Amino acid sequence: MVSLKPNSRKILELAGVPALAIVLGLVVGAIAMVWMGYSPVQGYRGLFAGIFGDSFSFGETIRSMTPLIYTGLAVAFAFKTGLFNIGVEGQFVLGMLAGALVGAALPGLPWLIHVMLAIGAGALAGACWAAIPGLLKGKFGVHEVITTIMLNYVSLILVNFLIRNYFRVTAQEATANVAPSADLTIVALKHLTGGARVHWGILIALLFMVAIAFILYRTTLGYEVRAVGFNPMAAQYGGINVTKNIVLAMLISGAVAGAGGAVEILGVFGRMAVSPVLPGVGFDGIAVALIGNNNPFGVLFGAFLFGALKTGAIQMQYQTQVPYAIIRVVIAGIVFFVATKEMVRWLLRLKRREA
Amino acid sequence: MLAILATLLGNTLLYATPLTFAALGGMFSERSGVVNIGLEGMMTMGAFVAAVISIATGNPWLGLFLAGAAGGILALLHAVASVTFRADQVVSGVAINFMANGFSMFMLYKIFGGGQTPHIQTKLVKLAVPGLAKIPYFGEALFNNYPTVYLAFIFTFAAWLVLYKTPFGLRVRAVGEHPLAADTVGINVFLIRYICVIVSGVLAGIGGAAVSIGIIAEFTEVTIAGQGFIALAAMIFGKWTPWGALGACIFFGAANALDAIGQSIGMIRYVNPAFFSMLPYLLTIIALAGFIGRANAPAADGKPYDKGH
Repeated sequence: MVSLKPNSRKILELAGVPALAIVLGLVVGAIAMVWMGYSPVQGYRGLFAGIFGDSFSFGETIRSMTPLIYTGLAVAFAFKTGLFNIGVEGQFVLGMLAGALVGAALPGLPWLIHVMLAIGAGALAGACWAAIPGLLKGKFGVHEVITTIMLNYVSLILVNFLIRNYFRVTAQEATANVAPSADLTIVALKHLTGGARVHWGILIALLFMVAIAFILYRTTLGYEVRAVGFNPMAAQYGGINVTKNIVLAMLISGAVAGAGGAVEILGVFGRMAVSPVLPGVGFDGIAVALIGNNNPFGVLFGAFLFGALKTGAIQMQYQTQVPYAIIRVVIAGIVFFVATKEMVRWLLRLKRREA
Repeated sequence: MLAILATLLGNTLLYATPLTFAALGGMFSERSGVVNIGLEGMMTMGAFVAAVISIATGNPWLGLFLAGAAGGILALLHAVASVTFRADQVVSGVAINFMANGFSMFMLYKIFGGGQTPHIQTKLVKLAVPGLAKIPYFGEALFNNYPTVYLAFIFTFAAWLVLYKTPFGLRVRAVGEHPLAADTVGINVFLIRYICVIVSGVLAGIGGAAVSIGIIAEFTEVTIAGQGFIALAAMIFGKWTPWGALGACIFFGAANALDAIGQSIGMIRYVNPAFFSMLPYLLTIIALAGFIGRANAPAADGKPYDKGH
């Protein structure tokens, strides 16, 4: 088992690397702003106002962090098993479609049951989609990074094809609207936040987070998947079925991603439309999991950080004319510096020596 | 019928061209042991720079050249992270893709005030090979095409020459298979990997340019949309070899061309175009699973090399 009392140096390093990476990411963004003739002080002030400025901004921050919790958890869980699930994007998209279809069908069901069915459908779709790379990895040893990347694009084309040919109800190439009995909107909160699209999905996400943490650290399954992630050979030698755990980890990861997709439809979009591009939240989930050190509670922090940056950026563009795309540069910088933690540690050591 | 086939062939080569550049780049990187899923971002950057430079200077060739440079600079970041600081190469690639997307969109809004460039008046023009272009039907498709199409074939030949017929190529392959052994005989593993990763960025950048100023004449957020990943797929489908990659790119290009003109050909009418779009991705998965001849990556692909151990 992992020690439950990490020493202070470990904590410093665990928190120090992401913290410094965030600072460095913001510095990269600032440099880009200066280079293009914007004031980074004004830009970041606009960004901050766009996150916490008023109840609407804060509500929108919550909305945009919600899907990131699901995708971040999905990436983190797979990562704990030593799997790099880049396919969260595709699993999320299939979850969106399944959620939209079940959410629109069966109107009149009791709210809780309909919601659970729709989210369950999303989870099932995501799990099935993730089973493909899981089985290929478990049975044939095919590297999951490539298969999941390929399946992301297949999912986009497939979902568009299905909507266009089978599920469209309007001339606008979209599925039917989700029935009120599956709507996740919190009406009172919507009024309170001046129309921000906060929805029950955030609470469901927190439930998922606790469940994932429980599975990982309090069950045999969690122990086994972590053992496989830590050292597959040793796990196999210790009597753990590696293939089974790889497939199971992908199924759970895909289910969480798919549930997130369904929630996004039920809570925000209300229907699934044909799209030329992938939504991107699955890729963001990689960043979220990384900054959260693949820990479920770390994921919550990462989701808040990136959700806040994405929401704040829109307000920033509105107020200061700094294009919101700058925030993707900041996020890229943060991911880059977390990835090169050797470099960040080196910088940390350098700073300590100066002190 | 012949005329349709000729058009199909011309379009196939045209669509295969950007993929070929990027796939050759990916091949160099991976043969030296560095996984490069940042190809997508490097193509995006190349496409963007080529578009901006062509508009600003009126010279598409300068655009093509600087697109290669931009891809190379982005690749340098990947090399610093994954070679020097032994970062997870997939994560670093993800960061590169974020960076290219964010930076190009940021600049696009700054320069043009919106999410797309105006129509590029000065894109590359078709170049007829004297004599050969006069061959009925197929001369037009094969020998009156964009210069990037010819370049793709020349680059493939050059890549084959470098990888298999020069000492440098031997070193690249050694470093990708067994870096420790290569290091022991005095090969500078880091230097070889740096060169290969940067070359991959330059080629991917040119590939991006081949889209924005070769095929279409603009740059938007969806200009590249997955082509870097298709190139990655082509490289794997072509079993990490130059001619294999070229073949795969032509095959994927054909799928794309069929998709584009599909409805006008008899039996294609019965196949949904979505099928052709999915084909490259599905075939790559099938190839990796070993159902059509196993595709094996270089042994040290994806593993950072730590000199200290």
